[in-house]
Amino acid sequence: MATRIGRYTLRLDTSPSVECYAAIGAKKEAEGPLAACFDQLMEDSTLGEQTWEKAESRLQKEIVALALNKGGLSPEEIDCIFAGDLLNQCTSSSYGLRSFGLPLIGVYGACSTMAESLGLAGLFVEGGFARRAMAVTSSHFCSAEKQFRFPLEYGGQRPPTSQWTVTGAGAAVAGPSGGPPYLRAVTFGRVQDMGIKDANNMGAAMAPAAADTLLRYFDDTRTAPEDYDMIFTGDLGQIGSDLLLQLTAPRGIDLAGKHTDCGLLIYDRKKQTEVGAGGSGCGCAATVLCGYLLDQLREGRFQEILFMATGALMSPTIVQQGESIPGVAHLLHLSANPWPKEVVS
Amino acid sequence: MSMTPQEYQELCNKASPSSKSLVRIPTAFAVGGLICVIGQLLLAFYGSLGVSEEQAPAWVSITLIFLSALLTGLRVYDNIARYAGAGTLVPITGFANAVASPALEFKSEGLVLGLAAKMFVIAGPVIVYGLAASVAYGLLLVLASLL
Repeated sequence: MATRIGRYTLRLDTSPSVECYAAIGAKKEAEGPLAACFDQLMEDSTLGEQTWEKAESRLQKEIVALALNKGGLSPEEIDCIFAGDLLNQCTSSSYGLRSFGLPLIGVYGACSTMAESLGLAGLFVEGGFARRAMAVTSSHFCSAEKQFRFPLEYGGQRPPTSQWTVTGAGAAVAGPSGGPPYLRAVTFGRVQDMGIKDANNMGAAMAPAAADTLLRYFDDTRTAPEDYDMIFTGDLGQIGSDLLLQLTAPRGIDLAGKHTDCGLLIYDRKKQTEVGAGGSGCGCAATVLCGYLLDQLREGRFQEILFMATGALMSPTIVQQGESIPGVAHLLHLSANPWPKEVVS
Repeated sequence: MSMTPQEYQELCNKASPSSKSLVRIPTAFAVGGLICVIGQLLLAFYGSLGVSEEQAPAWVSITLIFLSALLTGLRVYDNIARYAGAGTLVPITGFANAVASPALEFKSEGLVLGLAAKMFVIAGPVIVYGLAASVAYGLLLVLASLL
């Protein structure tokens, strides 16, 4: 059973394994530096569907099938799925996963969904509520633009602070402790709102949430950045990353050299200038985790990492009513090794 | 967080790069000017066809609107506008694109509730306030004539 460490952090004493995982991307991701890490790269961003919403639903269907296939698992071996996405009513998850016949627990954490859902899946396994639980999320540039911004063909200019929604999906299965990578701890984030109203500067809206969750995790666990190989935030982009460093420094936490962001890893901002401040969307942190980070842990190139997906919990309606954009960040401690016996006994 | 929203906003402003106005403004000026030159050439062209001076400007507008909608449909317009900015937005071409692009985007929700209902989601405010302003201006003119 998980142990609460400090006020906010849950230690998963049995160190559930992330048994299998997969990542799908599309064209823009194929042009980025992590292209080789994806299990599949879609040439056609419609995925053969008639609408963007159906295309994104298809992404979730494909990613679940792919992850199960990689792990040699059948759907019957999964007890429940935690899934979410950016679209209203979590469209992509409900429609994409309806054919699997598995209990679906919908979660909404905006771009933080990967950490939120995998944290929950790990806790379900830890608590014995599921033998295997899956975490799934996706985002699609075109469906996100349609819902949150402008029509695709609208001739507008994006400010340099804006970020580019990743077209991609990630899925991971948490199961009983077997091999690396292991899920060691989870810290669910508090909603933070520092009054940012600019929907074109999501990194700035999310950075306070990232700083808050990270500081509370360090407080709870009495650890420091030096104890980890690297700290990966979800999709703060360049501006959010800069702000995170500035927010944590006065608290004595120096992240320089120990932090990078999935939104900065997935695209080459020098060549792909249209991405602005970096990648974003549920698929950003999800594909970097499931395509790149988990493999690094499995192969021992990283020993200990913190993966903290960040979400801007923005509703266009209430932002138009003058409200600001709240952010949230959920943190996972992932490791190449299970907890040593002396720690959890 | 031991920081006020105002302090954080200042921090954000410092961290956020602003748009490259030195590049964007001259580009907008050049492209916008080019569209006007095209309009002028069209005017001369229609004049040479024998269209009257009163009717020729309307033909120019119709042509520019048609070309913008066509380029929007061919998925070219947004690529030009990404560089041109206000250069393509300010002339009548911007308005045509603002109507055609949501029509394209929302046709997946049907011809009535999708295409037709969402068509004016961007241009609608321009029409509403444009009309309201013209009414106000008309009233002012009437009042002025009474004085």
